[in-house]
Amino acid sequence: MDIAHIAALAHLDLTPEEASAMQRDLLSILDYVNQLNQIDTQGVEPMAQPLVAGSPLRSDAVQPWFSQAEAMANAPAAAHGMFEVPKILDRG
Amino acid sequence: MPSIDSIRTAIAERQTSAAALAESCLAAIAERDPAIHAYLALSPERAREQARRVDALADKGDPLPPLAGVPVAIKDVLSTRGVATTCGSRILENYIPEYDATVVQRLEAAGALIVGKVNCDEFAMGSTTENSGYGPTRNPRDPNRVPGGSSGGSAAAVAAELCVAALGTDTGGSIRQPASFCGIVGVLPTYGRVSRFGLAAFASSLDHVGPLARSVKDAAHVLQVIAGHDRLDATSSMQPVPDYVGQLEQLSLRGLRLGVPTEVFDGGLNPAVGDVVRAAIERLRASGATLVDISLPHSQAAIAVYYVLATAEASSNLARYDGIRYGRRAPADTLSALYRLSRNQGFGAEVKRRILLGTYVLSAGYYDAYYRKAQQVRRLLAQDFERAFQSVDLICTPTTPTTAFLLGEETAASPVERYLADVYTVPADLAGIPAISVPCGDSEGLPVGLQFIAPAFEESRLLQVAHHFEHIFQS
Repeated sequence: MDIAHIAALAHLDLTPEEASAMQRDLLSILDYVNQLNQIDTQGVEPMAQPLVAGSPLRSDAVQPWFSQAEAMANAPAAAHGMFEVPKILDRG
Repeated sequence: MPSIDSIRTAIAERQTSAAALAESCLAAIAERDPAIHAYLALSPERAREQARRVDALADKGDPLPPLAGVPVAIKDVLSTRGVATTCGSRILENYIPEYDATVVQRLEAAGALIVGKVNCDEFAMGSTTENSGYGPTRNPRDPNRVPGGSSGGSAAAVAAELCVAALGTDTGGSIRQPASFCGIVGVLPTYGRVSRFGLAAFASSLDHVGPLARSVKDAAHVLQVIAGHDRLDATSSMQPVPDYVGQLEQLSLRGLRLGVPTEVFDGGLNPAVGDVVRAAIERLRASGATLVDISLPHSQAAIAVYYVLATAEASSNLARYDGIRYGRRAPADTLSALYRLSRNQGFGAEVKRRILLGTYVLSAGYYDAYYRKAQQVRRLLAQDFERAFQSVDLICTPTTPTTAFLLGEETAASPVERYLADVYTVPADLAGIPAISVPCGDSEGLPVGLQFIAPAFEESRLLQVAHHFEHIFQS
């Protein structure tokens, strides 16, 4: 298992100590999970979620919700009604 | 603290006021919560303003709504407008929602007083409330023990009489297990029965919102108010909500076919807990129920299925905590470093462990081996229940294999050992069917819970039998 690759996919930055502890934990959990391979699931339809009877989509109508200012009230950094982030393009 | 019915009657007859109830609840929290640490935030102004509205109705002699003047606590994974909502995580330590979860809005519309937000394991991941970023909650029955989790603050606040009822959430047992550990009632509703709009998602195909209370009737009152279709939740069911409270007395135990899975009394069940549960089941039999041995063969695989599916869904749901639009942001020079540092500093170890496991099982080359396989076994387990319910009306098990753990006891165990403690609660979440935990006795001075499981949308039957059991047990 390439724990550094998995951490990168998950946008987590593990210290070497964290990485080795996590790798050990994950391997032991997966070892337990491997018992599923003993169950015959040939032809069984995967169950993504319990069936919810009769939940049609709502009409696609505009409803009043909160304002832009309210939507941005929790932003760690904002300016001119936009979320601020570090520079993502290097103009060189 | 009195029952929901007695509160409404007392306010209507002007023996007390909602304002007085709000003040006495807030005073009890100020006096006793420092030793328990159930609450993470209080909303006294919101509770007082609501109390004034309820008292104005009583002044006019108008009919009172069902939860008039009832102090309730809300698990901190549910959104509350203007009241800090942290999900037990440092990544949301400054987050103040702009809107209420549908369940919170419905409680308030029914007259309840929202007194505050209660502690939980970070993003509801854990079974002790020790995974909170804000310190552990203590079990009111024994302060050296955990209240269970993840809805540990909800259970502790109810058990310590620091509110009348609370909302919790249950993804693998997080309502029923703390209810069992604290000696109260906890209800897992059918998937789709209660709106999840405004719930911070952990595992969307498994997350449920439900009540914790000191009696089945109080829990029924709360469920009555929060159940029902919500146009803001695409997974909420249109099925009409029965009169849970009105039907509570309608069923006799005579002729009730009660299934007891043969699998539950072997393996990791603590012998003393097993004795208490067997004695409780025997009392049900003596009161007229017929016991039927059943088998749920795939329940043995439930924990393995759960830790694949729940972590996969969590890795996707928790991707939103990136430090951009809300929550904690670590200073960084690049966007990628900002994501990684914010998440690394904001999330605790258990959340990271589950995100990593979920990322792994969904990653290229492993999806079929883990995720698809687990979804297939989930189907087989749901079919085990369908088959069982052809010959029984309800299923009965212990809620947990042990009583409440000592503080620190679980954190010393390996992840797999910890996860196996959810063996009796996880199957109902996977199948999407309702269940309840009710107190059924003590083992060495600590509460033991009895779990009933019903077919989908049969909450009425569940509540009726649990209500009967409560009477037998207390008589």
